Amino acid sequence: MTVRQTHDRWWAPWLFLAPALAVVVTFILFPFANTLALSATDATLLKPGRFIGADNFVRLWQDDRFRVAMTNSLLYVVCVVPIMVAAPLVLAALVNGTTRILSFLRTAYYLPVVMSSVIVGLIWTNLLDSRGLVNNVLQWAGAVDSPVLFLSDRWLTLFSAMLVTVWTGLGYYMVIYLAAMAGIDPALYDAAAVDGAGPIRQFLHVTAPGVRATSALIGLFSSVSAFRVFGEVYVLTGGTGGTGGQDITVTMLIQQEGTGLQAETGYAGAISVVMFVVLGLLLAGQLWFQNRRASR
Amino acid sequence: MRRVVRYLILLAFFVLLAGPLVWQLSLSLKGAGDDLYAQPPQLVPADPTLGNYGGVLDRVPIPRYVLNSGIVALLVVAGNVVGASLAGYALARLRFRFRRLVTGLFVVALLVPIESIIIAQFLLVRSSGLADTLLGVALPTAIGALNVLLMRNGFQSIPDELEEAARIDGAGVWQRFWHICAPQVRGVMTVVAIFSFVGAWNDFLWPLIVLSGEENYTLTLGLNRLRGTFYSDPRLIAAGTIIALIPILVVFGFLQRYFFRGLQAGGIKG
Repeated sequence: MTVRQTHDRWWAPWLFLAPALAVVVTFILFPFANTLALSATDATLLKPGRFIGADNFVRLWQDDRFRVAMTNSLLYVVCVVPIMVAAPLVLAALVNGTTRILSFLRTAYYLPVVMSSVIVGLIWTNLLDSRGLVNNVLQWAGAVDSPVLFLSDRWLTLFSAMLVTVWTGLGYYMVIYLAAMAGIDPALYDAAAVDGAGPIRQFLHVTAPGVRATSALIGLFSSVSAFRVFGEVYVLTGGTGGTGGQDITVTMLIQQEGTGLQAETGYAGAISVVMFVVLGLLLAGQLWFQNRRASR
Repeated sequence: MRRVVRYLILLAFFVLLAGPLVWQLSLSLKGAGDDLYAQPPQLVPADPTLGNYGGVLDRVPIPRYVLNSGIVALLVVAGNVVGASLAGYALARLRFRFRRLVTGLFVVALLVPIESIIIAQFLLVRSSGLADTLLGVALPTAIGALNVLLMRNGFQSIPDELEEAARIDGAGVWQRFWHICAPQVRGVMTVVAIFSFVGAWNDFLWPLIVLSGEENYTLTLGLNRLRGTFYSDPRLIAAGTIIALIPILVVFGFLQRYFFRGLQAGGIKG
């Protein structure tokens, strides 16, 4: 009997890779290079533009809209990330268990995750409107005399959008924490119980340290997605970015500058490059911080 | 006592997360005889009606938007399941020059935030004549780098002996992929399919940039119009969102366990 072992042709792997490489190179890597190139030109949607060096970045530096957008997006990160790291962990610890009611609750908590930011935004627009349920209850309870301007005040609008983001994200990070908690050795809980630790001390001394690596990862992911926020703010402000654009985020600014017939694609490219750099710095900063903490 | 506190907190979270949905449902069923702004607020409609659903369907072609979103989602799911499986197999199980380099390319692509290249993507789609088409919406996400890497991890976990035996029996690379390896990673494929579907179905920014004609609107764009059109009548907005929620809730209901499994497999999407 002869062994008929086949030898693969050298190009076989490339056939398997061709579709994926084509899509990724054409629609991700090439646009990325093109964004860098655009950022140094004065291109608009209708004309290719010429090289203007760093002029776009100088202009950005003096652009009030850019400063507002940057402030809002960074504030979003600062406010949302700590909540996203802590609240789902508490939720996961409470809802961890095998009973049917807990399993039902886990599913219910996860539900908002699969909804688009537009649907969630519309639901909360109805709730937070000056005549919506929240204001209705506040006024009925006598907590406020006139409606709270959740959707038009400069800062409140941003906080409302953050609330929507947290509402959608809680269940998502909860599930990730639940997976991490499944990896904690049950013997640690038993030992803590023997030492007389109640549920709160068990949470602080066993659960929280046990999922530290996951917390770090969630901090990383939630800060990147918080900085990129778009849909929630867009829908809550009806696409305007708030009165006079004061609640605009960086992604909204890119969308507004880079689309439409008046689009300044070169300038939008420069904003995109800054966004890319900030996201890179956010990641690097967190990694540095975690390494330092881990090595101590 | 501790149990009581625990369940009270869980109940509070439940009200916070499910409450807005229940209120939206109640709002959508309220009729002309209901005072929407009654104090205290009334959860159960006094004058229940399905008229809001008819009203919103009459004025906004939601079925059309659902169809458009469905077409985009179908293209994206098919592209990702097929394209990422093929590429993942090559990266995990075939030996060739530049394999590390190609893997690195996918990792780099994974790290590029879409928002920061979206204008350049639009220029590309526009110059290839795909602006304002559903194909233009689907193409850039038709094979995601993350999915390629997920499939690669899936294929890597298959024991070598399995494929080696087939190779000795004379099975070519395509046969080994199709008959031996692909059936082993069905679970990962399902996860890729589900997350591609949810991503495509819920995407807002990219369709907003690509599509201009209302007849091509996907569901998220169509829903966004609700806010402008019915600003004064929250009942119609509520009915519209409830209609839009039904497809995704059905998908979630049937495939729940895969959602959880996918996240636990480390398939985090930012």
